[in-house]
Amino acid sequence: MENKITKVSLKNGMKVLLKEVHTSPIISSWLWYRVGSRDEPTGKTGISHWTEHMQFKGTKKFPANILDKAISREGGRWNAATSRDATHYYETMPADKIDLALQLEADRMNNSHFNKKEVASERTVIISEREGHENEPVFRMTEAVQQTAFRVHPYHHEVIGDMVDLRTITRDDLYDHYRKYYVPNNAVLSVAGDFQTKTILKRIRELFEPIPRGKTPPRLSRPEAEQKGEVRVSVEGPGETTFIQVAYRFPNATHPDYFPLQVFDSLLCGASGLSSKTSRLYRALVDKKYAVEVSGWSEATIDPYLYRITMIKHPKRKPDEVLAALDAEIKKLQDVFATRDEIKRAVKQARAVFVYGNENITSQAFWMGYVEMFSSYEWYTTYLDNLAKVTPQDIQRVAQEYFQPASRVIGTYIPKGSEA
Amino acid sequence: MAKPSMKPSLPGPEDIYRVQLPNGITVLARSNFSSPSISMGGYLPAGSIFEVDEKLGLADFVSSCLMRGTQTRTFDEIYNELESVGASMGFDSTVHNLNFGGRSLVEDFPLLLKLLSESLFAPAFPKNEVENLRVHMLTGLALREQDTSDLAAMAFDRMLFEGHPYSRPGDGFVETIQSITRKDMQEFHHRYFGPSGMTIAIVGAIDPKKAAEAVEKVLGSWQIPGQVSPPELPDHKPVKKTVTNHHVLPGKSQSDLVIGMIGPGRKDPEYFPASLGNSVLGQFGMMGRIGEVVREKSGLAYYASSSLSGGTGPGSWEVSAGVNPKNLKKAIELIEKELRRFVKSGVTKDELADSQANYIGRLPLSLESNSGVAGAILNMERHSLGLDYYQRYEGMVRGVTRADVLRAARKYIDPDRLVISTAGP
Repeated sequence: MENKITKVSLKNGMKVLLKEVHTSPIISSWLWYRVGSRDEPTGKTGISHWTEHMQFKGTKKFPANILDKAISREGGRWNAATSRDATHYYETMPADKIDLALQLEADRMNNSHFNKKEVASERTVIISEREGHENEPVFRMTEAVQQTAFRVHPYHHEVIGDMVDLRTITRDDLYDHYRKYYVPNNAVLSVAGDFQTKTILKRIRELFEPIPRGKTPPRLSRPEAEQKGEVRVSVEGPGETTFIQVAYRFPNATHPDYFPLQVFDSLLCGASGLSSKTSRLYRALVDKKYAVEVSGWSEATIDPYLYRITMIKHPKRKPDEVLAALDAEIKKLQDVFATRDEIKRAVKQARAVFVYGNENITSQAFWMGYVEMFSSYEWYTTYLDNLAKVTPQDIQRVAQEYFQPASRVIGTYIPKGSEA
Repeated sequence: MAKPSMKPSLPGPEDIYRVQLPNGITVLARSNFSSPSISMGGYLPAGSIFEVDEKLGLADFVSSCLMRGTQTRTFDEIYNELESVGASMGFDSTVHNLNFGGRSLVEDFPLLLKLLSESLFAPAFPKNEVENLRVHMLTGLALREQDTSDLAAMAFDRMLFEGHPYSRPGDGFVETIQSITRKDMQEFHHRYFGPSGMTIAIVGAIDPKKAAEAVEKVLGSWQIPGQVSPPELPDHKPVKKTVTNHHVLPGKSQSDLVIGMIGPGRKDPEYFPASLGNSVLGQFGMMGRIGEVVREKSGLAYYASSSLSGGTGPGSWEVSAGVNPKNLKKAIELIEKELRRFVKSGVTKDELADSQANYIGRLPLSLESNSGVAGAILNMERHSLGLDYYQRYEGMVRGVTRADVLRAARKYIDPDRLVISTAGP
C-alpha cells in the first residue's frame, strides 16, 4: 500500500504530516494536542475532556452558533475526542472546502473564549455524559479496575473524570489548562486527501505559523510500582448479569514486546476489527459454556497500561470456574509453542484490517496523527513487518512474562439480588 | 486553496451493473480499484413480519443461527475460514428483511460467496448451537431490561404502532425465546427463504460483470417452488391523544426519553421535505434546534436529537435524549415547545438552505468506502428510487421549499397527539 507522506516542522514548532490521496474528492484534517487525562492532577480529573468540549463554544471570529453550522453547511463531518495521552479534533470535508476547517483550527488554537456562562452549561452536559456512562455496568467495572491498577500513575482515572471534580473545576482552571497545552509546539496536524502538497502546505503555513510558540508543556508521569500479588475488586448494581474483567500489565506501544503481544492477543481473543469466534478464548470459554461473550482489548499508550479481557459470565457458572478456564487457556500459551501458521494467520488478519482502513481518507489521516502521539509514522508503516517477525518463542516468552496472576487485577460486576 | 484534482463520481446507471438472474435474484455491482478489497451486502424478504406473537424473535434467532453450522461445515469451520483471511460476514433481521453483509480482500471474494450460499441454502441449526444461542439471546434480553434507552424505545414503538408489526421488538421476549424450537427455525427457513425478492450488491476491486457472474455461479441454481411471499403491511391506528409511559428502573443515574409520532415512509412524497425539516429540528450542526435548546442552552443532556425512521412502511419521527432524572419533565417541556414552534412556523429560509447544503455536501463522504456505496445501491434498489437517484439527488434537495417542509410537518406532527416514553429511576 502507498504510504508516502510529507513531514514538515513549522517555525513555531508545530508538526505537519501530509498524505496525498486522490481516490475521492475529500480531505480529512486532524489536529492533535499532546494532552490527555494522564496530564491531570488529583482534583482536576476530566479537565482535558472538558477543555475539548469548550473548544466548540466559539471564538471571536467563529462564535459558537456559527462554528458548527459553518462546517455542517459545507457537508463536513467533524468531531473531537480525548484519550489518556492525547486530544484530537478532526474535520472531513469536500476537498474544495477544507480551508474552512484549517481556518477554524488555527483560530481556536489561540482564541477560544471560555465564557463563564458556557462553562456553567457545559458542566451539566458533561455531568450528564458521565451519568450516561454510569448507567452501564461495564463502565463501572472498568473504572474500578483501572483505579485499582493505578494508584500512583495518572492513568488511574477515566477520561471523563471524577464526579467531584466535574462539580468543582472552574472557568479559570479550564482556561489555564487550554493556554498551557494548546500551543503550536505541542500540536501535530495530519491531513490526508485530494490536495497538492505544495499548495496546502503554503496555506497551513499562512494560517498556523503566526501563532506564537509557547512554553513546552510538561507531561505528568509517576511510574506505578511493580504489582506484587493479584488484586480483586467488585462493584454492585442492578440487573441479573455478571461481568468479569481481568486486566494484565501491558508495556507501552514502543516497547519491543508490544508486537509479540499483539500476536498473542490475536491468538487469545481474536484480531481487532474482525469477528473472533475461532480465537482460543472463544473456543475455550464460549463454546464450552463458561462465558456468553469474551473480548480482549489493548491500547497503544505512552506509558505502560493494561490489557483487559472482559467476559459476560454464563448464567450457570460461578465466577471462579470462569477464571479457572481462562487460566488454563493462558497456561497453554505459556507451556506450548504457538505454531507458525497461527502467526501467519494473525498477520494476514492485520493486513486485511489495514486494507479496509485505507478505503477511507478519514482513517488515513487519523493514523498519521494518532501514531505520532506515542511514536512516529514508521511505527505504522512497519507494523505488519514487525508482526511478521514474531516467533513462537517470542509468544511463549511474553505469555510467561506478562500473564502472571500476581500482576493482574480482577474486576467483577455483581448484579444485586442474583446468586453470582 | 488546494484545488480538487477530480470530480465526484456518483454511482449511477452507467457504472452500476444490474442484472436479474432467472431465479429472481437481483445482482448489482460497481467497481472501485483504489483498494484491494470488496464489500458485499443484500437482503431477502424473510423478516419478523412472518412471526406469530407467541414466537417473537424467531426471525432474529434464525438469522443468528445461519452461520452456526451448515450441512457441510460446522460453526467453527465456517468462522475459521473467514477469520483466517481477515474476512467477515453476518446476518441480521428486520421486520421486512433478512439482511446480510460481508467484506474481504478481493482474492477471498469467492469464499464469501460460498459461505453466503451455504448459510442461505442449507443451515443445519445444530442442536447444541441453538441452545448456545438461546443463552446468548436471553442474556441480551436481561441486559435490555437494564438499558434505559432500549426500554424507552421499546415502549415507544409499542404505543405508537399498537397492534401493528412495527410495535414488536425484533429480539422478542424471554417467554417467546424460550418457546422457540429447532423445528420452528427449520420451518421458518423452509417456508420463507428463497431467491424471489433477494437482492445482492457487490462493490470493490472487481469488474462488475465478473462479480455478477460469480454471484450467478453460486446463487443462480437456488430454486424454491412455493416460496411464501410476505403479507401486506396492515394500516396502523392513529394516535388520538398524547399517551405517556414511564418504565421505572431503579439504581440508574440517567433517564432516557423518546417523544414522537408516526412519520412518512420512504416512498411517501413528504419524505424528502420531512427529512430536511428533521435536519433543522434535530440534526444539523450540533443536533439542530433540539440540541440547541436541550443541550447548548439548558445543559440538560449530553445527547438530544431527532430522527426519521421511515422505510418500506411508515416509520417514526422521534426525538430522543438522555437526561438526569430530575430534569426529565423540563426536557420534555422544552421538546414539546420546539415541536409546537416547528408546526406553527416551519423552518426559516436560512435554516433550510443550511440543511440543503449539508445534504449535498456530505454525499461524497457517505459514498467514500465500498460499504458506503453498497449501502447506497441497496437503498436505491429497495425503495425503487432509480439507479440515477444520487445523480438527481442535488436537484431534489434544492427543489424542497419552506412550504413543502411546513406541509410535511403539519401532516405528521400534532403536538397534542404525541407518544412520550421514558425510562429511568
